[in-house]
Amino acid sequence: MLYLDHAATTVLRPEATEAMAALAADGYGNPSGLHGVSRRAKNVLEAARERAADLIGADHPLEIVFTGGGTEADNLAIAGRALVGGQRGGIVTVATEHDAVLETARFLATMGCDVTIVPVDRSGRVDPSAAGAAVTEGTAVVSVMTANNETGVVQPVAAVAEAVTAAAPTVPVHTDAVQAFIAEPVDVAALGVSLLSLAAHKFGGPKGVGLLYVRNGVELEPVLHGGGQELGRRSGTHNVVGITGMVAAMEATVADRNSYRHRVAAARDAFEDGLRGYVPDLVVNAPLDARLPQHSHVRFPGVGAETLLIRLDQAGIAAAAGSACHSGAIDISHVLAAMGMTAVEAGECVRFSFGWVTQSGDGPFAADIVGKVVEDLR
Amino acid sequence: MRALVAMSGGVDSSVAAALMLEDGHDVVGVTLKQWEGAAGEMPTAGCCTVADAEDAGRVAAQLDMPYYVLDYVDEFRSEVVDRFGADYMDGRTPNPCIECNRTVRFRALLERTAALGCDVLVTGHHARIRRDDDGFHLLAAVDGSKDQSYVLHMLGQRELARIRLPVGEMRKDDVRRHAARLGLRTASKPDSQDLCFVRTGDYRDFLREEFPEAARPGVIVDTEGVEVGRHGGTVDFTIGQRKGLGVALGEARYVVDIEPSTATIVIGRKRELEVRGCVVEGVSFVAGAAPADRSVSVKVRYRSRPVPGVLHQDGAAWRVDFTDPQLGIAPGQAAVFYRGDEVLGGGTIARTLQSTRHPRY
Repeated sequence: MLYLDHAATTVLRPEATEAMAALAADGYGNPSGLHGVSRRAKNVLEAARERAADLIGADHPLEIVFTGGGTEADNLAIAGRALVGGQRGGIVTVATEHDAVLETARFLATMGCDVTIVPVDRSGRVDPSAAGAAVTEGTAVVSVMTANNETGVVQPVAAVAEAVTAAAPTVPVHTDAVQAFIAEPVDVAALGVSLLSLAAHKFGGPKGVGLLYVRNGVELEPVLHGGGQELGRRSGTHNVVGITGMVAAMEATVADRNSYRHRVAAARDAFEDGLRGYVPDLVVNAPLDARLPQHSHVRFPGVGAETLLIRLDQAGIAAAAGSACHSGAIDISHVLAAMGMTAVEAGECVRFSFGWVTQSGDGPFAADIVGKVVEDLR
Repeated sequence: MRALVAMSGGVDSSVAAALMLEDGHDVVGVTLKQWEGAAGEMPTAGCCTVADAEDAGRVAAQLDMPYYVLDYVDEFRSEVVDRFGADYMDGRTPNPCIECNRTVRFRALLERTAALGCDVLVTGHHARIRRDDDGFHLLAAVDGSKDQSYVLHMLGQRELARIRLPVGEMRKDDVRRHAARLGLRTASKPDSQDLCFVRTGDYRDFLREEFPEAARPGVIVDTEGVEVGRHGGTVDFTIGQRKGLGVALGEARYVVDIEPSTATIVIGRKRELEVRGCVVEGVSFVAGAAPADRSVSVKVRYRSRPVPGVLHQDGAAWRVDFTDPQLGIAPGQAAVFYRGDEVLGGGTIARTLQSTRHPRY
């Protein structure tokens, strides 16, 4: 079986496994207590916070809020901003954002928040000036993902932040960097963002752990209420083992990133080149100069993705289409709809995503299997 | 051989998958997503719900077989649900499960079986398929009380050659025992009775929501067209209904006709409910042609006993003359022709032939 769904989740890195294994037996302390067991846990937690802050260019470790994953980080960024001080602040976001952002915005709209959805062009990119123009004095947050989870399209986040700051200097910009972090340099200063979400399992850490970067001075209303951990911004006993695994995976990711980019891009390009031998009319759904190196989001004209994915599963290739809802059926992707695709076209798209474990022969190997199945179905 | 098993999340299709595996076949499980709410979620009541898909997926995992949810929402809406509403508004009593079998399961899914890399389609229906020198035969299930051959009457030779119905060979108790032995979570799950697209479990609620005309107040008339009362919506009535008419006329009265388009309920005496025959449209025969001997048994409702009748070809349709007058036959239901245990064919009842002519007609 060849796993080409690393964008959904990827293999745990050995650095993360080792870091967590080292804590598994006696790292049980609750960092919020006063005794020695707690102090040791607190020490591990705060060291992890310092390293995480460093890895994304944060000014201070307390700008890192640990969460229970990327979805929670996005919820905290959007709802936490919109609801500050009992307000109903406005939200500006983009049509191709992850549901963790869009559904949160939709929920907040039912509570009276003003939500503006900025469109994308046919390549899936947002126009920074359109994002800037959507900002009003009531805007509490602007959210633009670093790179799209389905297509791999990289958004001009720094240009969006510049346009937003020009329009309204106090409006913070949030970016969901969950999919991008494994491949793209993520530096909060270079991106010009005040809020940034990460999820550990997308870059080789454990599931159920993430973080939200919150620039010093940006006020947030908590979403989870309770014991007041994380300076009141996120209550709940810390997942010290998971956080340690995440930060170990972050370090490994940053150290491996340049090599990774070349490895997966070579495999991905070889895959697409090989595939064109079987499918001359193959369509790549992203601008070639602005997509993540591991993503190959392609359309096979005349072949339904649902049938193709089942046949690929039988042939030993694990890939994905659209976003799977909890029942497992494939829904027409809102991302592809926002890019102007028809329902039929969107239903012919499949995402192959390479990962940090990808070997150099994986691209051509996959191209032969996928190409033959597509030929058989046409 | 690789078998595609349509898994509803019930015990029958769970055991059907297990039996195919035990026979040494490769097995792929699928659940058809047929109906969804406004936000795209699967329904939570009736059959084919989110929980049912979860159960089907869990059974597939326990049996260590691949499992997928396939999207048939568009086909189901246009071929089954829209037709259900339109037929009802046309004064018929449609059977959407039969329409689903005809158009979705045994047409769209069966035609896709090969593309999904499979050789045969397996379902958990209680009915049997036999092959001899004449070809394929469709028979009632071993467990007569669970027999579903009625809703499979549209299957022909082409379909039967590519379908397997393994649980039709078993008694329902044995199906449950088999599931329990395998530790499947569906072993003691109750049989589903409701239409999968009806959220509340009552099809009348669905019609009220989707077709407000069906809930329009109107008049109750006798068979001479004289108004004898009023009602709150044709949706509350079925042909043959005696209770709840809100009309006191001495001798018992029954609903003999429903006209949703004019919101009219027609009631009559028991003898006015009697029909001597019916005209059946869209008839197909399992063997591909009508039997030489036209004396058959006819089942006119899912849960009714077959009654004797004679078939007559009448242009593109067929007429059934019942040996004895029958009560409460509703256009829209299927008439299925049997000889003993064997399904010969069937179609949809287009209209009934009254024993006593109503002056109105």
